[in-house]
Amino acid sequence: MTDFLNDWGLTIPTLLPLVAAVVMMLIPKAEEETHKVVALATSLVVAVFGVLLLLNFDFDRTKDLQFAVDIGWIDIIRSRFTIGVDGIALPLILLTMFVVPLVIIYSWNHFPEPHNPKAFLILIMILHTGMLGSFVAQDLILFFVFFEVVLLPMYFMIGVWGGEQRQYASIKFFLYTLFGSALMIVSFLALFVLTGAETFNMVQLAEQVAAREIALSTQVLIFGGMFMGFGIKVPMFPFHTWLPDAHTQAPTQGSVILAAVLLKLGTYGFVRIALPILPDAAIEWAPWIGLLAVIGIIYGALGCLAQTDMKRLIAFSSVAHMGYVMLGIATLTDFGINAAIFGMVAHGLITGMLFFIAGSIKERFHTLEIKRLGGLLKQAPRMGWILGLTTMASLGLPGLAGFWGEFPAILAAYNPAEGLNVTLFRAYMVIAALGTVLAAAYLLWLYQRTAFGEPKEEFAHEHVHDMHVTEWIAWIPMVIAFVVLGLMPGLLFGMMDGAVTNMVRTAFGG
Amino acid sequence: MIATLLAQVSSTFEPPTLDFHALAPEITFAACVALLYLVDMIKLEDGRRLMPGLSGLALLAPLIPIMTLALDGADRTLFGGAFVVDNVALLLKAMFFLSGYVVVLLSTNHLAEGDFWESEYYLMLTSSLLGMVVMSSARDLVTIFVALELLSIPAYLMATWEKRSLRSNEAGLKYYLMGVFASALMLYGMSLLFGISGSTLLTDIGARIAEGNSSTPIVSLAIVLVIVGFAFKVSAVPFHSWAPDTYEGAPTPVTAFLAVASKAAGFVALLQLAFVGFAGRTDVVEPLMWVLAAASMTVGNLIALRQTNIVRMLAYSGIAQAGFILAPFAVMSDSATESLTAVVTYLVIYAAMNLGAFVIVIAVARKTQSGEISSFGGLFGYAPGLTVAMTVFLASLAGIPPLGGWFAKFVVFKALATAGTPWGYSLAVVMAVNSVVAFYYYALVLKAMWFDEAPYGDTSPVRVPVSLISATGLTAGATILFGVFPGLLGHFTGSLEGIIAVLPGG
Repeated sequence: MTDFLNDWGLTIPTLLPLVAAVVMMLIPKAEEETHKVVALATSLVVAVFGVLLLLNFDFDRTKDLQFAVDIGWIDIIRSRFTIGVDGIALPLILLTMFVVPLVIIYSWNHFPEPHNPKAFLILIMILHTGMLGSFVAQDLILFFVFFEVVLLPMYFMIGVWGGEQRQYASIKFFLYTLFGSALMIVSFLALFVLTGAETFNMVQLAEQVAAREIALSTQVLIFGGMFMGFGIKVPMFPFHTWLPDAHTQAPTQGSVILAAVLLKLGTYGFVRIALPILPDAAIEWAPWIGLLAVIGIIYGALGCLAQTDMKRLIAFSSVAHMGYVMLGIATLTDFGINAAIFGMVAHGLITGMLFFIAGSIKERFHTLEIKRLGGLLKQAPRMGWILGLTTMASLGLPGLAGFWGEFPAILAAYNPAEGLNVTLFRAYMVIAALGTVLAAAYLLWLYQRTAFGEPKEEFAHEHVHDMHVTEWIAWIPMVIAFVVLGLMPGLLFGMMDGAVTNMVRTAFGG
Repeated sequence: MIATLLAQVSSTFEPPTLDFHALAPEITFAACVALLYLVDMIKLEDGRRLMPGLSGLALLAPLIPIMTLALDGADRTLFGGAFVVDNVALLLKAMFFLSGYVVVLLSTNHLAEGDFWESEYYLMLTSSLLGMVVMSSARDLVTIFVALELLSIPAYLMATWEKRSLRSNEAGLKYYLMGVFASALMLYGMSLLFGISGSTLLTDIGARIAEGNSSTPIVSLAIVLVIVGFAFKVSAVPFHSWAPDTYEGAPTPVTAFLAVASKAAGFVALLQLAFVGFAGRTDVVEPLMWVLAAASMTVGNLIALRQTNIVRMLAYSGIAQAGFILAPFAVMSDSATESLTAVVTYLVIYAAMNLGAFVIVIAVARKTQSGEISSFGGLFGYAPGLTVAMTVFLASLAGIPPLGGWFAKFVVFKALATAGTPWGYSLAVVMAVNSVVAFYYYALVLKAMWFDEAPYGDTSPVRVPVSLISATGLTAGATILFGVFPGLLGHFTGSLEGIIAVLPGG
């Protein structure tokens, strides 16, 4: 079993959804049930692989790549099919494997207009491969390919199944991301050429950069290209403007995947690629990243307060939350980066959940305008309570997962890595802490206006169905996950701490 | 008198030793083309039905000697260096034959159902392809010129094939006048080159130019004239103005042929001239190519943004893509191997994806009878297969992994980065920005197909003939395969050192 997992444990779950997508293309469109079963079964098999990987993962050496595979791929450009998983990637891989089946279950009878489950599920399958591939790739070119694979399916998902402004939102999403990745690939190539390492392997490139003493100004420029690629994806202020549009217009399932996994590709890129390979440039960039992060926190929160649409509000809250993650990364300490990864997982679960609920509310009331909603606790009490719990988690209530993403990140800014301006980061800390107050304000205000009070006149006499079976099945695991992680954060910290500490020590000597 | 002359000639004339294996692809193909002519003359009208099938076979038959030559692997030089058969030449020949085969598949129904001469069309097409195949091996000014005219003249005729259409006549006339003008410029440049070096062999010219004895302005003038001549052929800005009108007016299968095969042949000639002939004067070639490349990609993309007709859009996108292919020439002295690999790789992948896009345009036009982008509206609803295939081709043209186009762009980026000069990096950034701009107009077609409603609510299915289905399969298969396993091309392009070895100091 262990041998099998070592050889195939990552390759099969990564590529299986792609195989499923090809199979589904051959099944006629009319057989909707078959498509649903194939997609769900595939994602469940992938999830079983996730469980097996977790059980066989050696927690004593989380810093090492495990289940690694390294075979030739494109020899002429020295790019290899190198995959593996360590403590940094594992939480995000598990998150992806966990969320996708739930999204498919939620979709079961809720396919947005214009319906067409075949195409919708095929796109989800391609997304699945792209997301898992990005997290397991240990070769820059392989990473780049998977990173780009997710673009087209999401573009179509927003553009075909989205809301009123879907065409504008989808092309904006695409062009922003493409612009970032075009500069990113130039950076990757510059690394390849300047190190003369004849490899795109991330670990070897990091060693080469350390050994060759490339001029700091060049490193800073290369980091800049990567910053555009990853920063737009996160998204960081001022590149965030695609996010509210994309989230608001995307179908519920698209929003959930976007919030839960796709945004993490950007932050993961910083932790996995930019910091370890270019640590010196990272020290130069860190104050600016920190600055943009805290601007994002405050700006996102103020943006939330101004929103009249529930989904758009949640989207702006994502900008704020990702600001905490980036602040954690910008401290360049093991403490901050641990917090950042925890924040990624927590944000994925909680904000994903918020988008699920927003989708269900939209389905029942055909609007997400906050002032038309109200009294959810009366009309659909179970959903109202779940919304309450999720907003509490999102605002960072201790005991729920959101807390462990925000609080340590803020704390880490008190004592940033050596070489960074302590006063500056302490100022960031204060501003970020103020952001949590704003977060409480906008989330509680949202909850108050939608769930409390009496239902509005126009919906008062309508029968509103509380939870469907598919919603129970899809949501309960999410809720359990963020409650358990909130009560026992050690589960996740234990998984990644070794890897993070090792990365920080190698890169920054801290 | 004549007898003594002949005796004199025969005593001094040594017949070249012919390597028939090396010439086998050309000989096989020429024999097949001759057979086509015979069939046409003997069977007359009855032959029309046979022509597409026969010309398809004629295009596939030479692949067998190409295969045996590739397995043999040895580089062969004939006629004192005027004709070279190496792995790159074989790859390009295979590409030309397969592109020709796809064009035949495209033309079959289009011609049979329209008001066209049929048999003659296939004869023109195959003759033109013969010129391209010879071009892949030509390393001599005369051979290059003969190959160029052999491929161009039938192409001028094919552009006017829709006799009673004014647009088609305009297309052919423009193409003809511009083509002849370009040939004249090129010939003038070539005559200067011959005057300087006293030889028509590219290797001799290269050696002579590298010595630097000849007066510089003349050499520069010759190089500029030749490059400008080929810039017309590959429709690089500012010598591109014929392309959109010609592409739009010509019958669509002919447009596909011009946009892919004919353009590739121009690049092949440019490749040999630049890397073998002009390698000693990169101070002239590189800045010129830098400007041509940057102008082509930028102008092509910006004008493409405003097109509403898909063929014109593809024409301008082709101009922009020509800019990408020209980019490695701008750094040829600093990264010779990478640049050569990049150009050849780009050409092969471009052939697959661009032909594919034209296949779908033709298939859809069978139903809509229109070339407007809006006529693609709602295609996803009634022809999901065509939509997915078109998405693959357009995404590949835009350079999105894991489709072939990304690798093509990647090798160009790599060539530019390897050069490590400010010129290289600046062109890479221009190219990165242009890739983003380019996606926008490809996305307009994607948007129409996936998001819009069908015009007039007409959702009757598209009837796609078998020939177009197989053409789609071939091109889509190649596009995806080159993207996922680009190493497949590496077997051929890996041996580029063969060409580099003849470079001075290389």
